[in-house]
Amino acid sequence: MSALHALAALPAYVPMIGGSGTGNPTADFSDTPWWLSLAKALLIFVYLLVSTLLVIWFERRVIGRMQQRPGPNRTGPFGLLQTLADGVKLALKEDLTPKNADKIVFMAAPAIAGAAAFVSFAIMPLGPSVWMFGHLTPLQLTDLPVAVLLVLAVAGVGVYGIVLAGWSSGSTYPLLGGLRSTAQVISYEIAMGLSLVAVFLYSGSMSTSGIVAAQKSLWHIVPAFLSFFIYVITMVGETNRLPFDLAEGEGELTGGFHTEYSSLKFAMFFLGEYVNMFTVAALATTMFLGGWQAPPGISAINDGMFNHGWWGILWFTIKLWIFMFFFVWLRGSLPRTRYDQFMRFGWKFLIPVTLGWVVLVAFIRGANNGWLGDAKLHILGREIPYSTLALIVVVAATALLATWIWEGKQEAKAAESGIRPDEVDPYAGGFPVPPLPGQRLREPAATAATPTLTSKEDQHG
Amino acid sequence: MGGGEQILFWVMGPLAVLSALGLLFAKKAVHAALGMAVVMIALGMFYLGEGAPFLGVIQIFVYTGAVMMLFLFVLMLVGVDSSDSLVETIKGQKWAAVVLTLGLLALLIGVVGKVHFGTSDGVVSTNDSVGNVNGLANLIFGRYVWAFEVTSALLITAALGAMVLAHRERLGAAPSQRDWSVRRIRDNVNVAGLPAPGVYARHNAVDTPALLPDGTPAELSTSRVLASRDQVAVPTRFVDAEHTVESEIEEGRDR
Repeated sequence: MSALHALAALPAYVPMIGGSGTGNPTADFSDTPWWLSLAKALLIFVYLLVSTLLVIWFERRVIGRMQQRPGPNRTGPFGLLQTLADGVKLALKEDLTPKNADKIVFMAAPAIAGAAAFVSFAIMPLGPSVWMFGHLTPLQLTDLPVAVLLVLAVAGVGVYGIVLAGWSSGSTYPLLGGLRSTAQVISYEIAMGLSLVAVFLYSGSMSTSGIVAAQKSLWHIVPAFLSFFIYVITMVGETNRLPFDLAEGEGELTGGFHTEYSSLKFAMFFLGEYVNMFTVAALATTMFLGGWQAPPGISAINDGMFNHGWWGILWFTIKLWIFMFFFVWLRGSLPRTRYDQFMRFGWKFLIPVTLGWVVLVAFIRGANNGWLGDAKLHILGREIPYSTLALIVVVAATALLATWIWEGKQEAKAAESGIRPDEVDPYAGGFPVPPLPGQRLREPAATAATPTLTSKEDQHG
Repeated sequence: MGGGEQILFWVMGPLAVLSALGLLFAKKAVHAALGMAVVMIALGMFYLGEGAPFLGVIQIFVYTGAVMMLFLFVLMLVGVDSSDSLVETIKGQKWAAVVLTLGLLALLIGVVGKVHFGTSDGVVSTNDSVGNVNGLANLIFGRYVWAFEVTSALLITAALGAMVLAHRERLGAAPSQRDWSVRRIRDNVNVAGLPAPGVYARHNAVDTPALLPDGTPAELSTSRVLASRDQVAVPTRFVDAEHTVESEIEEGRDR
């Protein structure tokens, strides 16, 4: 019964172990008049539009280089104006509406997809506080105690654009694309949200400015490395980019949800996709790579001079474009995954692994707070509790053991599946047969012409 | 209300009311679902305006982003052209609904009318001193931890129950592509697969049957789903059109 009593008294203890701090934004917006907010909103809009124009050119050039061709290089210096020319052409094309379409929803869908893409950038901290028109204001439109959740919520609304586009077109391929995209985004949003929980635990806040401030001494990519990997995978799934662009897979669904769209309506989807890429990349930068803070080393120069004022935008943009290059790199090198494999990967691998990781991070945080013992190790000017070290050792040992067992099983399986000869005669059965991985071809001409050249088995036998 | 809050109210308020009415009166199920989604977004905005950002964002995230999206997922399978039939399937359904609604209304008014609020600190001071998320977390995992845990246990039980009830064991393994191929060859029927649908000069689609050497349509070349829905196109349509063109050409030659 005493255990029951202890459980019943639990609510009374909980507030005492609650963390310190309010989790409210650290950015100070008290000196920001409304017209300055409006100006900042306009600046963010322009920043995103110009970035989109640039990134389409960048993508085509980089993919061109990866495929050993120059890419667009005629319009303007280095072909920089190619996107602009394409955009003008796209806007002047004929705007088609299918006969079977649901007219109102068909019109609204691209507007939802395009508009929702821009909203999330309102909470991205592009830099520290700067003087603008005589006011000290953060380089961020606004911040909330739940800013990161806002990004996920807006992404959830943005999917409506894709889903409704698929439904309202009144034709089969778009409907299939829309359905795929619903399932895809819902399942990958779960893994994405869970991977961010580790960052919330480390920074003790869900506001973007608070998270950036918490990374002053150590970027979250180090303690939350697994979360970073999982976030990077899910952000590709969330933006419908290769290798996860199943909602618009050309080989299977012609154009997926936007098959029936043309002209400016199509341009809105196009724009939305690229702005979404910037949004998830900016979130990754903010959550894991220290946001606008200068990289370690540069941040130490001249008493942190590069961490102040307008310098922040530079570091933020550089980190953003590293992710953009990664997106392009993926598109240039990976084929599209199969739909069932993609869903199985999301539900049966990413979500359970992230859940386990979040539990582990919660334990590490508890150990850091001294709830599992107070003894501390002093090393390199940092204090690390012994309980944290013990946890890390246990987890590393478990991971090693699991890999060891798994590898042993794989080897046993390989041994069971039969011993393959090192060399195969491709014409043994009368038809040319390619070698299996690890096998060499026995040259038919060599064996036929010069019987003295013996093969490996002969030497042993 | 401050200036910004007033603008928010007068923009989102009418929008919420209009979409709520749309939910009630829309003919197509997807339009009703959209109305519902807009109402939920508007509610979330109001929560944000009232100084409850966590509640507002979670409202949009969970209800609009996940729950309504799942509804929409099911509704989309119904198709773009279908609308609800207004025929009563159960006799006296409408009257029973009216009576039950009035009863529920009376009950709710009776209960809610008796509620008495004590003096509160106000959400603004709590947000500043404890923090919005932290304050809520302290309440949920502090004072109301048992209510919270019991509710979550109930929901998990419900989800498990739904899964158990909806689950069906497979009796045998599903035939793979290889199995189908082996079976085709063993049976020696349509060894090279079924014939492809017809491709004519002006038309190619899955609903157009291929033509056999004697000119009759090959039934195997179209999907049996289309056949059962009477959606298979008749090739004579194209033959007739061709005849018209030919006769026009001939007439032109004679003229």
